[in-house]
Amino acid sequence: MTLNRRQFIHTGLLGALSLGIAARLAAPHAAPGFAASAADRQLIAALGRGMLGSLPATAPIALVDNTLVAIAGLPLASQAELRQLFDLLQQPLARMALGLRPPWQDARAEQVRAMLDRWRYSRLTLLRSAYQGLHGLLYASWYGDPASWQAAAYQQPAIMKGYL
Amino acid sequence: MSKLPDLWQDGLAAGWKVTDASQPGPDLKLECDVVIVGSGAGGGMAAEQLASAGLQVVLLEEGGLYSSRHFNLREAEAYPQLYQESANRLTADKGITILQGRTVGGSTTVNWTSSFRTPADTLAWWRSHHGLEAMQDAALQPWFEQAEARLNIGPWQTDPNMNNALLAQGCSKLGIRYAPIRRNVKGCWNLGYCGTGCATNAKQSMLVTTIPVALSRGAQLLTRVRVQQLWLSADRTRAEGVIGLALGPDGIRPSGRRVQVRARQVVLSAGAIGTPAVLLRSQAPDPYRLLGKRTFLHPVVMSGGLFRQPVEGYNGAPQTIYSDHFLHTQPIDGPLGFKLEVPPVHPLIMASTLPGNGMAHQRLMKTLPYWQVSLALMRDGFHPQSVGGSVGLRSDGTPVLSYPLGDVEWEAARRALLQMAEIQFAAGARAVLPVHEDAGMATSWRQAQDMIRQLPMQILRTRVVSAHVMGGAMMSADERHGVVDQAGRHWQLGNVTVIDGSVFPTSIGANPQLSVYALALRAADALRRRL
Ligand SMILES: Cc1cc2nc3c(=O)[nH]c(=O)nc-3n(C[C@H](O)[C@H](O)[C@H](O)COP(=O)(O)OP(=O)(O)OC[C@H]3O[C@@H](n4cnc5c(N)ncnc54)[C@H](O)[C@@H]3O)c2cc1C
Ligand code: SF4
Repeated sequence: MTLNRRQFIHTGLLGALSLGIAARLAAPHAAPGFAASAADRQLIAALGRGMLGSLPATAPIALVDNTLVAIAGLPLASQAELRQLFDLLQQPLARMALGLRPPWQDARAEQVRAMLDRWRYSRLTLLRSAYQGLHGLLYASWYGDPASWQAAAYQQPAIMKGYL
Repeated sequence: MSKLPDLWQDGLAAGWKVTDASQPGPDLKLECDVVIVGSGAGGGMAAEQLASAGLQVVLLEEGGLYSSRHFNLREAEAYPQLYQESANRLTADKGITILQGRTVGGSTTVNWTSSFRTPADTLAWWRSHHGLEAMQDAALQPWFEQAEARLNIGPWQTDPNMNNALLAQGCSKLGIRYAPIRRNVKGCWNLGYCGTGCATNAKQSMLVTTIPVALSRGAQLLTRVRVQQLWLSADRTRAEGVIGLALGPDGIRPSGRRVQVRARQVVLSAGAIGTPAVLLRSQAPDPYRLLGKRTFLHPVVMSGGLFRQPVEGYNGAPQTIYSDHFLHTQPIDGPLGFKLEVPPVHPLIMASTLPGNGMAHQRLMKTLPYWQVSLALMRDGFHPQSVGGSVGLRSDGTPVLSYPLGDVEWEAARRALLQMAEIQFAAGARAVLPVHEDAGMATSWRQAQDMIRQLPMQILRTRVVSAHVMGGAMMSADERHGVVDQAGRHWQLGNVTVIDGSVFPTSIGANPQLSVYALALRAADALRRRL
């Protein structure tokens, strides 16, 4: 079972990657980039719950907004990779194969985290890199936001107050 | 937005020739004596020298123009604006995160101001193993002195911040030699935000020194231009100039506007990774298949120490103490030595660097002010198995570095994690957390040793980063062993000169900016004489 699942993930991700490449070859003039959808927002919110744990009430919306801004600032090659990962995660079959039954908007934080932790320690560098990519993106999006700073007891230098 | 005086505002008002190519307009066609690709350490130095010699200089920069009035100490704005790939450039296997600047001033606009001359043992190795007879200490001395005078490089008179002071304390307890770091600053406010752009203009980066002087002497600067390739002559022995694409205001997508600069001389200063990429896209002659090879990183591993007293590693000049002890505990080509320093500890970079997730990670971040972070820079390129990485191109022409980490690097990484933990405990740390996905908090040196010895040393588990990309268009004494000669001149393209960190045949073994500056002054002088 575990082996099958691994194999599925392996071929699933690689398949998606090669499909993505084929799609790009087929449509070289389509606007490249991430092109976020409403489903992406739900996915980011769910991944954020799992990765970051519970946050202040207003945080999830800011997290999703900041994440989308951050993605839009990445080089097109990275945007395309994230697009492939997000497309894959949004396929119900792939999601279940990765061990997550409920749809993203209903998934509890612990369920998402359990899935992320399997990637985090996976033998496959592809899954570990997906985990680390999401880790970097989500943490940068939250801790770059001044709303997060109080919890980290961080503030900008007082001496600069009048100058900024 | 900083309200402190910004010399760029006055300069632009006085008529500096600066064009933001992301604005709509017809294709740009220019002619000049020297076109310089990239405005970082090498390009900035070359621009001032050549413009001051009365030559007509055009400087092309992929990044945008951001100066002190834009710098507001915010990481979330600075990384996308000022860094390559939003400060998240990755090696091909995604195992190493690379920091490089992409803005007017290049990496010097965001670097941490540590200033070291090229170590004597590195130069000796270049002479003995790479035949670089011109790299004599005495011959280079005047170039170092000139660079130091130009950028006000000198001792830092203020006390180190706690992040640095704890490195000194730990070393001193263990009898490990350490020393203060010299910095390129003038009137520094000791803020600690060098990495998000210096809002006070104290940092003597290219943004506030050489580029303004070059512009005031008539040089022209075009921003948001990504040079695609050299425009080679039919017989492929020289370049007629360069061809570039203007990027849109997002700095990502080409806008469709084309840029063509015809020049007598082409200077490539796009930095390591960047310069080899331009040459690769140009399909420049590379008869010995050396282009892009031997790209070095000083791969860095990190260790966090949790202290009782506040450390506030985000406040105060970022790097002021170092130890070279572990560079000298074995031969230069033996097991990799490493230099110890500390990084600035700001919330975004710290949160995305620290391992773990969920509540465990939140607990780490709650104690942010109490963390001291040390880093070890491994000296790559000397051990026979440390051959560095290799630059290639993606299907869209953008560069990607493959840098596989092997046994030699992992052995040094483990040794460095052990040494940093020992030093942090000696300085009084309550706990130490090696920056590794499988690590926990060790509360004693004993426990740390047991844990670090067991850690699986693999990419995407061990956190590895780099802010020092070097090599990829290395100098050599003859055309069979390198891409450029000892003055940066391309072996096969007579009027193309590389002036940046990509000419080094190994890593430097110290933070590289001063090595880039000194060799840039020397190469620019040789080029001026040739003209
Ligand atoms: C965060 C950080 C901290 C650092 N701290 C220190 C320190 O404290 N001390 C130290 O000695 N060194 C430090 N360094 C390293 C040091 O700044 C670099 O080694 C040095 O600036 C390299 O000089 P360079 O000319 O090779 O490249 P860069 O300074 O990186 O300049 C290259 C420029 O070329 C541009 N470019 C690239 N490709 C193209 C293209 N195709 N078309 C047009 N333009 C292009 C880039 O946008 C960039 O502006 C640090 C670097 C970073 C990123
Ligand atoms: S520490 Fe000094 S040089 Fe660095 S940003 Fe602050 S004022 Fe500028």
